[in-house]
Amino acid sequence: MAKYKMHMLVCGGTGCHASEGEMLFENLKKEVQENNLENEVQVVATGCFGFCEKGPIVKVIPDNTFYVQVAPKDAPEIIAEHAIKGRAVKRLLYVDPVKKERIPDSKHMGFYKKQIRIALRNCGLIDPENINEYLAADGYEAMGKVLLEMTPEQVIKEMIDSGLRGRGGGGFPTGLKWQIASQNHADQKYVVCNADEGDPGAFMDRSILEGDPHTVLEAMVINGYAIGATKGLIYIRAEYPLAIQRLKIAINQAREYGLLGTDILGSGFDFDVEIRYGAGAFVCGEETALIHSMEGLRGEPTFKPPFPAQSGYLGKPTNVNNVETYANIPVIINKGAQWFASIGTEKSKGTKVFALAGKINNVGLIEVPMGITLREVIFEIGGGIQGGKKFKAVQTGGPSGGCLTERHLDTPIDFDNLLAVGSMMGSGGMIVMDEDDCMVAVSKFYLDFTVEESCGKCSPCRVGNKRLYEELEKITKGKATEQDLEKLRNLCHVIKDTSLCGLGQTSPNPVLSTLDNFWEEYLAHTNEKRCPSGVCKDLIRYEVIAENCVGCTACARNCPVNCISGERKQVHVIDQALCIKCNACLEKCKFNAIAVI
Amino acid sequence: MTKIKSLADLKKMKSDLQSQIALREKSENPEGRILIKVGMGTSGITSGAKQIMEFLIDELDKRNVDAIVTQTGDMGYSYAEPTVEVKLPNQDPIVFGGVDKKKADDIIEKYIKNGELLDGIIPTNYETID
Repeated sequence: MAKYKMHMLVCGGTGCHASEGEMLFENLKKEVQENNLENEVQVVATGCFGFCEKGPIVKVIPDNTFYVQVAPKDAPEIIAEHAIKGRAVKRLLYVDPVKKERIPDSKHMGFYKKQIRIALRNCGLIDPENINEYLAADGYEAMGKVLLEMTPEQVIKEMIDSGLRGRGGGGFPTGLKWQIASQNHADQKYVVCNADEGDPGAFMDRSILEGDPHTVLEAMVINGYAIGATKGLIYIRAEYPLAIQRLKIAINQAREYGLLGTDILGSGFDFDVEIRYGAGAFVCGEETALIHSMEGLRGEPTFKPPFPAQSGYLGKPTNVNNVETYANIPVIINKGAQWFASIGTEKSKGTKVFALAGKINNVGLIEVPMGITLREVIFEIGGGIQGGKKFKAVQTGGPSGGCLTERHLDTPIDFDNLLAVGSMMGSGGMIVMDEDDCMVAVSKFYLDFTVEESCGKCSPCRVGNKRLYEELEKITKGKATEQDLEKLRNLCHVIKDTSLCGLGQTSPNPVLSTLDNFWEEYLAHTNEKRCPSGVCKDLIRYEVIAENCVGCTACARNCPVNCISGERKQVHVIDQALCIKCNACLEKCKFNAIAVI
Repeated sequence: MTKIKSLADLKKMKSDLQSQIALREKSENPEGRILIKVGMGTSGITSGAKQIMEFLIDELDKRNVDAIVTQTGDMGYSYAEPTVEVKLPNQDPIVFGGVDKKKADDIIEKYIKNGELLDGIIPTNYETID
């Protein structure tokens, strides 16, 4: 049986397809056949390389040669030179934009650095249910170093120097948080891991807990040592059963090895971790609400101060950090604060995990250095918009964030830049929207979520968000006027200024940012009673385009309310009074004879 | 299980484990062990990763292919779940996406036995630390 000596990987992503990638693929195959190399060289189409800007891409293995912007006519040269003579085709190699040199293989290419996995370093690489695999990947070494070779003050200094900021959304400097907690004295202190991931579309914390649970345990021990706490609690939502199961396995394994418990590694330091379950309330991601929920009280926030660092769980000093924040900590200890601080922007260090979702080709988890632009994330790593449609907006920060548009695409992503343009980092959800999404409907979707999740303790959030939702509903039904938009904006500011906790203080952000960035679209709804994207059901109607209709009856047969009439081979008619706008006719019509107007 | 009592113990354990893995991976024997990892996060499992893992274990056994199949966490490629990474001896690992039983069968017959790649493999586009 033949064993291939060489593989040519041709990018089969949408971007490369658009730039003649398919023809290139066919040509390469043809050349291989013509040169009788079928048993030695295999040409294969791959998923997106995330480098669409320079497509089509061809990567040759085993030597990792990386060709960019390859045209179909380059196929004979690649086969003749590379496959037969074993020489790379120099003119097609990638040119490093800084050094202006041609890079022979992909391992030295800068663009591979667009993603650096620190928090996700072990996800998808080790077996999360086997502590030995974590140990082989430097696991618990940072903990050992901290417990035996560093003082708590040194650990805190290392955290401050690293510039790590909380990854749960707020972006508060982690080192500073630890320092404050360490300075408050009490007979018992607590370390809490916030695994109450609630943003719609964000799932990085779940993936870390499922893929690398020990890293969180290790970081919690480090945290406990630094602030003088001997008890750790993980607050996790019951909707994450697999993460809970793997955490339990990890805790038991760590206890069996003596990596949790008394006198860890002979250091004299005791620390143990317990799990606390949440019922999946968005507001419990707020640290005071989270603590109350753990105490068995209602998950409602309380006014700060006192901060949890002064009086938290059971009235004791408590330090709360998010899962992704913890996942960075063992690496910072092992590789040093300087190394970590060398990645990212001036005020936001390290990397951030984003969950790409919505109308994007490569939906999934990515980890990128701070300072990367939205354009690089969406169009290169994310592979661009599905179906070649036009990019319209990207929503960052979940229900607390805002919608950014094309003019923000080149903004370097970090905590401060996103705030400056009216959105926020949040926990890292990134929902991409295309031309078919109505921005008013999008804000309504987020408000629907906030109304549902508001705990009801303070009136601005409980009543205000409900009113905000009703205003938006009025707009999408075509019953609002331009004056209502001013009212909408004022209400947003009142809610922001007067709500008790982060939930209410940020919930109007989706509305405010769409008002700022998509004012025209709001006006179309209020003044023209029209939804430009054809989403708001009360503002659209379905009609038959007479010249395209062949009278096949497909629409009439599929209409659930029988509102389409017409004889065979005759133009059909939709009865607007009965139509429920379910879109079934448009989906079934093969002749483009149904239009949304 | 023995407890790890000191930092020296921990470091020794790490190097023992690493050399075990290195032995497994960089075996002198060219027909050495094949390592297969199945992405078993929530999104993988809902897309059928468990069935694929069982299928791989059973079929590799039936077809006398000596391979180690382990589970791992989410690889991040939600658009292409279930994901399976295969590392043949002395080669870079390859990630296959959208693996159903047909594709799992192709992975065994075409890639593992014959070194032939399948359409739609996922290129690694990130840098790991170290």
